[in-house]
Amino acid sequence: MYNYTEEQKISMAKVEKSRQDRLKNLFPRMSAEEKDAVLKENHPDYIESAYENLKVGPNKGDKVLHELAALLQGKPRVDDLKIDLTHPDYDVDVLVIGGGGAGSSAAITAHAAGANVMMVTKLRIGDANTMMAEGGIQAADKENDSPAIHYLDAFGGGHFAAKHELLYKLVNEAPDAIKWLSDLGVMFDKDEKGNMITTHGGGTSRKRMHACKDYSGAEIMRTLRDEVLNRQIPVVDFTAAIEIIKDDKGQAAGAVLMNMETKEILVAKAKTVIIATGGAGRLHYQGFPTSNHYGATADGLVLAYRAGAKLLYEDTLQYHPTGAAEPTQIFGALVTEKVRSLGAQLVNRDGEAFVYSLETRDVTASTIIRECKKRDKGIKTTDGVGVWLDTPMIDLIGGEGTIEKRIPAMMRMFGKYGIDIRKEPILVYPTLHYQNGGIDITANGESGVKNLFVAGEAVGGIHGRNRLMGNSLLDIIVFGRNAGKYASERAKEVSVGKLTLSHVKEFEKELKSAGIVPEKVSPQILPDYRRKDM
Amino acid sequence: MENLVNVYFFGKRYRVPESLTIMKAMEYAGYQLVRGCGCRNGFCGACATIYRIQGKQELKTCLACQQQVEEGMYVATLPFFPLVKQVYDIEKVKPTEQIMMQLYPEIYSCIGCNACTKSCTQGLNVMQYIAYAQRGEYEKCAEESFDCVMCGVCSARCPAGISHPQVAELARRLYGKYIAPQCEHLNKRVEEINRGDFKELLESVMNKPVEELKELYNHRVIEP
Repeated sequence: MYNYTEEQKISMAKVEKSRQDRLKNLFPRMSAEEKDAVLKENHPDYIESAYENLKVGPNKGDKVLHELAALLQGKPRVDDLKIDLTHPDYDVDVLVIGGGGAGSSAAITAHAAGANVMMVTKLRIGDANTMMAEGGIQAADKENDSPAIHYLDAFGGGHFAAKHELLYKLVNEAPDAIKWLSDLGVMFDKDEKGNMITTHGGGTSRKRMHACKDYSGAEIMRTLRDEVLNRQIPVVDFTAAIEIIKDDKGQAAGAVLMNMETKEILVAKAKTVIIATGGAGRLHYQGFPTSNHYGATADGLVLAYRAGAKLLYEDTLQYHPTGAAEPTQIFGALVTEKVRSLGAQLVNRDGEAFVYSLETRDVTASTIIRECKKRDKGIKTTDGVGVWLDTPMIDLIGGEGTIEKRIPAMMRMFGKYGIDIRKEPILVYPTLHYQNGGIDITANGESGVKNLFVAGEAVGGIHGRNRLMGNSLLDIIVFGRNAGKYASERAKEVSVGKLTLSHVKEFEKELKSAGIVPEKVSPQILPDYRRKDM
Repeated sequence: MENLVNVYFFGKRYRVPESLTIMKAMEYAGYQLVRGCGCRNGFCGACATIYRIQGKQELKTCLACQQQVEEGMYVATLPFFPLVKQVYDIEKVKPTEQIMMQLYPEIYSCIGCNACTKSCTQGLNVMQYIAYAQRGEYEKCAEESFDCVMCGVCSARCPAGISHPQVAELARRLYGKYIAPQCEHLNKRVEEINRGDFKELLESVMNKPVEELKELYNHRVIEP
């Protein structure tokens, strides 16, 4: 049994008491106006003081969070290094930077198209947010659904800001992405006839969330990794890309690499480069905890930006409504949205529901922040404050055993600390989860820099200004394959000129004339969690 | 001030707050982790760890990101273990008993010591899923092994040199691709899209003015 505080115990009793009533009387959905209002008043994206305007580069004048500005306008790691570009250590057709789901999908696709591919990753292949995506992957593959309905859900959920041609591709190629994964051997939840077991996610109008229990991303990632290894695609691990190399024609033509352990500098030459470096949760924007993996430090954005690629919606982040708020050991860890898909409600200190279970993530997160900060109806936790997520409702709705069968990872995560989520609710608070924006690309996955492609969370514009659950696992597959396809096609016709890092020098000149003295070296590569008073 | 406990990283003593996980305690002690740290949430298997509590016999295993420190804990991380991963073509293998014999014959040398199960950081019945693999019962092997994070601790403890996580990975892919029932509605939808059945509808939605899309979105019918 977990050692709850007295206040928490009293509040928990109220949650239990109101449970039957809440089961019968669902909290109503919000109107469009109510959603707009709660977002503006509570969502962290609207806190002006957290932002500043960029002074140099392709997005000069645009606002970004301070933490990102410091890196985009940071001091390049290659600055003090002697780098010999004339004798590359690697020479390949397609260089994939990043070892998550997008990078792996891209590498497999490019390899299948006959390209000489190499992957480079600063940790191991599979150390990525993909591995931690629990809830599922969307695709409109049922009779009552269609790509057009999927499109409308995602476009509205993203506040009508998604790039049409990217969202079109996402929804239209979704069923094929599921089929591709299934043919690789991914074990989707199916009934005995082979029909996919699908549920709702926040903001979906059809049940199109496919899952592999609550290890959806892990199951997809380990299958992709196995396939990369079966194809014997070289994976250079524990090696970070620290700068994009261009050629004298201004095309991307490789990357400077750094061995994470020996700090040895290596040069990779390539006909095309794919950035699949993921998100930025480990920058802890606005002091938020994060559900992201250890390497999520926006490296790809920094590399692409210095090479001259434009970013899109880089000011908007997703704060997942339900990060673990207690126990402190898992503070900020993701509690999958599937918990709410299966019927668990959000409940305040007095045992009252305050939001419909499946509003979109940004709206739901905003109502939790409002409940705690404005209405003072939160519950004090070790690290701050939180609200209840009433998990025992799941077995009441779906029958005994539903939690064990459908969300085993959640049961295990809390079970380790003596919390049985079948019997007790859990404490949650929003956690920094996803980078909605990123590098601007064409439908073929190419950035503003020729031969520099992007896939996965590093892309901006697929989802607009908020992403629906299950559209990220989908986008890494669709746009990973997309980048692999077009980067390998392009590689056939590219002739690489003389390699250069002159664009880095140019960028530094710009910094200087803008009067910026960089505070940070970038890309950051890893966060530093060592004790600060040492 | 929070209670401090004594923990020993690779034999060296540090005093750390008792609420921390092993991973956070190492960082508190001053380690900047490169190896042995991945998702920090119990999914990636990067932080396999072995420990023993001073004065106790039992050797315990865990994921460093999931395990709280204790007084007298002697910790050795296992950031890498040389698992054997056999290369195969998923399009050419078949879900027969022979494929295991061919790729992972060492599973038949299992001596039934159960060290794998006892050491599993996920609490899985590892020896049981290997038994299923031996018999070619891939569905059962896949189900039993599903929560595996491939941390490799089981293999580190195995006297027969079995790479359990890789055996299970093969079983899951065989099951997912060849044994699980085919999904007809998925295949049908892919055909329809390839035929262009949805193109017109999708383009018409895409090309509507935003105001109209807002109306459509705010009044769309939601499946109960």
